[in-house]
Order: sequence, then structure tokens, then C-alpha cells
Amino acid sequence: MRIRTLIDMPRMAKIGEVIAIRATIAHPMETGYRRDSDGARLPRNIIRAFHCRIGNREIFRADLFPAVSANPYLVFYHRVRASGELVFSWRGDQGFVHEERVSLIAQ
Amino acid sequence: MTRSSPSPDTHLDRAEPSQADQRGAPVRSRRAMLAQSLRWPMAGAASCVQRTLIPAAFGVGSAHAGASSPGAEPSAARSYDEAIRRFTGGPLPRPGKVALDVAVLIDNGNTVPLTVRVEHPMNPDQHVSAIAVFSERNPQHEVLQVHLGADSGRAEISTRIRLATSQKLMAVARLSDGSHWSHEMDVIVTLAACIEGEP
Repeated sequence: MRIRTLIDMPRMAKIGEVIAIRATIAHPMETGYRRDSDGARLPRNIIRAFHCRIGNREIFRADLFPAVSANPYLVFYHRVRASGELVFSWRGDQGFVHEERVSLIAQ
Repeated sequence: MTRSSPSPDTHLDRAEPSQADQRGAPVRSRRAMLAQSLRWPMAGAASCVQRTLIPAAFGVGSAHAGASSPGAEPSAARSYDEAIRRFTGGPLPRPGKVALDVAVLIDNGNTVPLTVRVEHPMNPDQHVSAIAVFSERNPQHEVLQVHLGADSGRAEISTRIRLATSQKLMAVARLSDGSHWSHEMDVIVTLAACIEGEP
């Protein structure tokens, strides 16, 4: 199934400006604490880590635990230094990996 | 505004009830939740029977949090205090500088909007390097930990979390000088989880 994400941030910003970045990804974030109708435990399936970097420079990182809601949503801030491509990556249980890229133009 | 995949916008918009909705119009936000859970994969996979079990499985709090949970990391902290001390490296953080913004009365524990703000400059000499959130009575005390730097520009994060029951929540900030500051809040959760079973 195609993984749906939504990244909301300005495409252009002034150098020195602080911008808000909002990132959501469609993911069940199954906690590992729930049971199905037969009483069997549903295996944990969460996103454990989210990274945002520009080139090799990491600008934000989050470690997620089962208490983060399904379709994890994160808002964070960034002071624009230079133009570049922001790389967003999500990693989790059961080999989950997903990456998105958004260009940012600094003026 | 950039949409990185061609998803129907309305779904995502609906999946993000604003804080005002959560506080001011519980009925509307519950409806939004229902719409969300019907459309997103979590609902597709889970039957209604399973969903009604959430309060039972998730709501028993810390008593249930112990070692028998295969879902938990082997190194999961056994107590709220221990989880916090692990983050700070020993001492409990001092109250101050941090503002944890979350509704005091929560009508749906499945998706609780939360913001943490730290009053501190963000420059290479002085900045907030990490923020963590802990829950007193969820099965696992760690909720979220983020890492920031001087280029974050603003020491603030927002997300949505799950709450099993009424309990304390603590946000802790680590500053670049190594000190830790916190804000603790009591929240009341009126409906721990399932809404699909309702007529």
C-alpha cells in the first residue's frame, strides 16, 4: 500500500527566519498492548524514529514510543540558513522505512 | 504548503482536530475522530470487538506495565520516576522554564494534542538540546523524546498522544548547559478509548 504523508512548510523563506514544519504519516502505531477478539496480543508496530536533515546536517530528531497517536503528527521549528532539500525519514518496527524530500529556497 | 503525496486533503485535515475543537466542542471532535478512524488504516485492520478492548488492555495503568509485555522494549523503565531519571541522567528536573500545554479535561484519550514550549534562547552558546514527555500511568512511561539544536530557532514542539487514564504528565527540557527543567500537569481522561461501539 502506498504510504501517505503530509508535510506542511513554506517553500521559500528569508535567511534567519524561523519556520514551522508539520509532518504527518499514515501509520497505525499499534501499541503492542492490545489483544484481538481471540485474546491474542497484537504485535507492536510503531514508528520508532523520525529524522529531518538538510544535506548531512540533522535539524530535528524524535524518538517515538507507543503512546504517540496513530498517524503520528509532529510540529517543530527551524531557523533557515541556506537553500537546500529537506529529507524527512521515518523508521519503525517490522522494517518500516519511509522518506520524503522537500526543497526550501532561502532568500 | 507542500503536499508530498497526492492524498485527499480532507482526510488529513479532518485527522487534525485543532486544540480549540478538542476543548470547546467535544461532540464535533469525536465525530472527526470517527471519520478519521473509518478512513485510516488503523480502523481497517481492527474489528470493533478489538477496539472495545482498548480501555481494558490499555487502561489498567502502571500495574500492567511490567516485564510481561512483549511489545515493550526490554529496557523500558519500571516507574515514572525511573523513566525521568534515565532521561536526566540521575536527578529529578527542577520545575520551571517549561510550559506543557495540554487540555486538563480530555474527552478522547486516543489522540490528545500536546505542545511543549521552553522559555530559553536558541543560539550556539545557549539552547535547548532535548525535550521529553513522560506519562505516569500509561503502560510505558516514555511518550516522546526530541532532539533540538541552536538552528531549531524556537524550543517548541507539538504532537498528539494517547492517554490510558487520568494521570500526571511531565515535560522535561535539557539545556545545552546540562541542566534539566520541567512542568508537570494532572489531566483527567473521561473516555480512554473506543468510540466505534457506541450506537
